[in-house]
Amino acid sequence: MDLAHLAAGIGAGLTVIGGGLGIGKLASSAMEASGRQPEAAGAIRTSMIIAAALIEGMSFFGLVICILLALKA
Amino acid sequence: MDGKVIDFAPFGELHIPQIPKIFGLDITPTKHVFFMWLAAILLIIIMTKVAKGYKHSLIPKKFSGFFEIMIVFVRDEIAKPTIGIGYEKFLPYLLTAFFFILFGNFLGLIPYSATFTSNIGVTATLAAFTFIMTQFGGMRQNGVWGYCKGLVPHGIPLWLLPLMIPVEFLGLLTKPFALAIRLFANMVAGHTVILALIGLIFFMKTIFVAPVSIGFALFIYLLEILVALIQAYIFTMLSSLFIGMAVHQDH
Repeated sequence: MDLAHLAAGIGAGLTVIGGGLGIGKLASSAMEASGRQPEAAGAIRTSMIIAAALIEGMSFFGLVICILLALKA
Repeated sequence: MDGKVIDFAPFGELHIPQIPKIFGLDITPTKHVFFMWLAAILLIIIMTKVAKGYKHSLIPKKFSGFFEIMIVFVRDEIAKPTIGIGYEKFLPYLLTAFFFILFGNFLGLIPYSATFTSNIGVTATLAAFTFIMTQFGGMRQNGVWGYCKGLVPHGIPLWLLPLMIPVEFLGLLTKPFALAIRLFANMVAGHTVILALIGLIFFMKTIFVAPVSIGFALFIYLLEILVALIQAYIFTMLSSLFIGMAVHQDH
């Protein structure tokens, strides 16, 4: 056990916090928008999924670095 | 999770026949390769059957109708809004990618099988295909020079060009990279969480953890069915979006 494992764990936690906050905020805005304008729900859902995928991609970059750190140790 | 043995845990295992090395490269099919071929064969059989269903009448039968829903979904919800004019040329690629990933994700959910989309090599190859489709699609529409010129937003001062060209070039390569990592990480994550939850029983050496563990594993498994669908959709959607951005550069 050395610092790389600790770094990987802390990094994974921080990444999940960031990704969760981002997707949570996105979903809350999308829900609000489709609540205000139910006829546009389909278009909002599509763009929400695209944005969620992009946010998710960013957090996966972080997680991959964490995996590399954990495997290196 | 890849390997040269297909393991049917209590019932024995199946060894994949070994092929002698060629130029020092081990080209023996692994578990993932085996399931990739299985998905390809299944796709060929099913899609030929679906296509034959339209020979006599345009009204689909039960089997064809099920796949028609998905094919029309890819056409009307993914390709048409994101690519716009000229989407027909890219539809075969998008449909192939969609169904290949979908079959791969769902094959991985069957017990004793392996998810070949959780192999970085497979997803990277798929993303490379998207990259090639994007570049050639853009070049065919706008011309080689026109496409390269359109990569950099026009109207920026001349002294910014040395900075903008490398940035835009890197952006070009980041898109398929993110595409590959996204599919890979999503497919690995679900299986890893199930493995960790089941491993908890053996880690704690008590049977009382089992109900909680199995319950959570089942929940994650159900979530994975959702993820399998969503990731196939996302991959096709983003591929289509990138192609659309390359083909119609003006906006």
